[in-house]
Amino acid sequence: MSACHDCPAATAVIPGAGTPKTVALVGPPNSGKTTLFNRLTGLRQKVANFPGVTVEQHTGIADLGDGRAVSIIDLPGIYSLAARSEDEQITADVLNGRRKGTPKPEAILLVLDSTNLTRHLMLAAPILALGVPTLLILNMADDLRRRKGKIDLDVLSHQLGAPVAMVAARSGEGIDQVFAFLTKTLTPPKPVELPILQEVPKCRQWAGAVGKRASYHAPAPPIWTRRLDSVFLHPIAGPLVFMLVVIAVFQTIFSAAQPLMDGVRWLFDTSGAWVADHVAQPAIRSLLVDGIWAGVGSVIVFLPQILLLFLFIGILEDSGYLARAALIADRTMARVGLQGKSFIPLLSAYACAVPAILATRTIENKRDRMATILIAPFMTCSARLPVYTLIIAAFIPNRPVLGSLLGARAASMLGLYVLGFLAAVTTARILKSSVLTSKRTPFMLEMPSYRWPTLQSLGLRLWDRAKVFLYRAGTVILLVSLVLWVAAHLPLQNGQTPPIEQSFAGQIGHAIEPLIQPLGFNWKIGIGLITSLAAREVIVGTLGSIYGMESQGHSLDLQRALQHDLSVAGAIALLIFFAFAMQCMSTIAVVRRETGSWKWPAIQFTYMSTVAYVGALIAFHIVK
Amino acid sequence: MLQLTGNKTGSYTLLELQKGDTAFLDKINLPADDARRLMELGFLPGMRVTAGHCAPGGDPRVFQVDGSEVALRRETAAHLTIRTDAPGVL
Repeated sequence: MSACHDCPAATAVIPGAGTPKTVALVGPPNSGKTTLFNRLTGLRQKVANFPGVTVEQHTGIADLGDGRAVSIIDLPGIYSLAARSEDEQITADVLNGRRKGTPKPEAILLVLDSTNLTRHLMLAAPILALGVPTLLILNMADDLRRRKGKIDLDVLSHQLGAPVAMVAARSGEGIDQVFAFLTKTLTPPKPVELPILQEVPKCRQWAGAVGKRASYHAPAPPIWTRRLDSVFLHPIAGPLVFMLVVIAVFQTIFSAAQPLMDGVRWLFDTSGAWVADHVAQPAIRSLLVDGIWAGVGSVIVFLPQILLLFLFIGILEDSGYLARAALIADRTMARVGLQGKSFIPLLSAYACAVPAILATRTIENKRDRMATILIAPFMTCSARLPVYTLIIAAFIPNRPVLGSLLGARAASMLGLYVLGFLAAVTTARILKSSVLTSKRTPFMLEMPSYRWPTLQSLGLRLWDRAKVFLYRAGTVILLVSLVLWVAAHLPLQNGQTPPIEQSFAGQIGHAIEPLIQPLGFNWKIGIGLITSLAAREVIVGTLGSIYGMESQGHSLDLQRALQHDLSVAGAIALLIFFAFAMQCMSTIAVVRRETGSWKWPAIQFTYMSTVAYVGALIAFHIVK
Repeated sequence: MLQLTGNKTGSYTLLELQKGDTAFLDKINLPADDARRLMELGFLPGMRVTAGHCAPGGDPRVFQVDGSEVALRRETAAHLTIRTDAPGVL
């Protein structure tokens, strides 16, 4: 049986028809659209935001195998073209050619879940009504077969006036039909009778009738999903599994990442030593080793940790467990005025607030989304780890707290995580009961069937994240390191670099000293606070450089140098400060982009800095 | 199948369904916008709905409807009225 059906050229062939330049990938959420996108484009894809809005635009190049290629846009998942969220608005605009900067697609690949065809077919009506050449892709063909579902493709294609292909994106089955469609001359769908698009019941009736005529036999219920849910959503086992998953994720991030991070650190130490040996000019050597290597290296060390966290989030999301986690977390989130859908972004915020804020776009309620964006930077992101690790190791003795279970250092770390979480929750409550009160919109969350995550999808996710992270290290952090190095070496005194205390950096540190003295910080910490406005972890590199330069090349042990300069009360104040402060340019920039104005990031920065300052002040005076 | 034999007055809602119970959706008493999304997810009047698992404490609950499983909070489920006889529309 030939599964791809060419419709006869009854309608006029569009001028210049042939290979399309731009093809849109459209489909409901959970139709396996992204897996198909990865399958079609592989590594040749890029992620950017649609200009002016928060919605991520995934575009990629698909080779058609005969030297020609097409550009594919993966549009956000939609249920209909009646826009309810920003995602749907963008999809509708792109398909209608109303989105500036994005060409109107010359063809549409409509991806539907073949195991849930009747409901998904509802989307075919508004898409076919656009009159753009369309291929209907019935995805998850393997699932349909296994669960004994059936459909007559010839009749379906005839009913819809458009070609239909059975595909299993996960295994690659049937992908050649998609390429075949794109290589052939494109023709708009044949006019067929479509329902009134505004009325959902009419669309559903139409979809039901089409399915019936094409002898669609719905598959048996997914047995494994039901079995797994009876554990994962069990009244007692469910929450236990949930806790175990969260603990396992944290445990792995902290322990399993360590050897990898040591490896990266070793690479930087070794290469830094090699550079020091091979560059004769002292100023350039210092710039390279103390400036660039120390600054950028102290940040790249965290790449393994961040990738591990994203690997976990990827597995949880692709397998379908994350939807269950959101369900279990919903009531807890509701207590602070948020909803289960906020759980996913907040969990990601433990890695980094930037992807977390991007992930909030799945929250349809604008005010819930805003509240989630505003509290996300309170969650203990991985950039705080180097700061916490350094100060805790220097000031907290490693004695047991709960027998051999929990040491004082681990307990302090855990305490800081709890502190960030409490700050987030309290802020959410305040926001949701004041400026961001909202009529609660219904919480509707589809539970997808469980599936094995594909290596390709996970790999592409990590690749994407690594690129973003390294880009940041190579731009922002490199720049801060360079500026700091220059500021620490000027103005020249008699042709010599000045002692750090008299350098520009030292002068700035001294200038803000009166402000931070009540917190127990001196001017060196002050320089660190300023440089860490770019990113929290920069303070570690900065202090490393300052103490390194101060001792004139004999790099003092950073921990001992800190013990000399900072009281225990000051150290605790510094921890508290970093738990609350919004020291991150990337987050500020992404909040600006997501909320569309400087107002919110300005409020957020002021609020978090105030909380940090007051918190540190209180902590300093209590401990002192 | 659910037996709605209680002497409770007024209409029954999805809240009355225990795990495994099945009924037919009657009306969605929510603003047009929310009702539309619910319908797109499968909650169409006349559709067969089965109650499934729930989060600890019974809220939210998963409902099987039109080949999908969708979780709703109690506050939403309370606005979806049900009946036990098949209307035979779809």
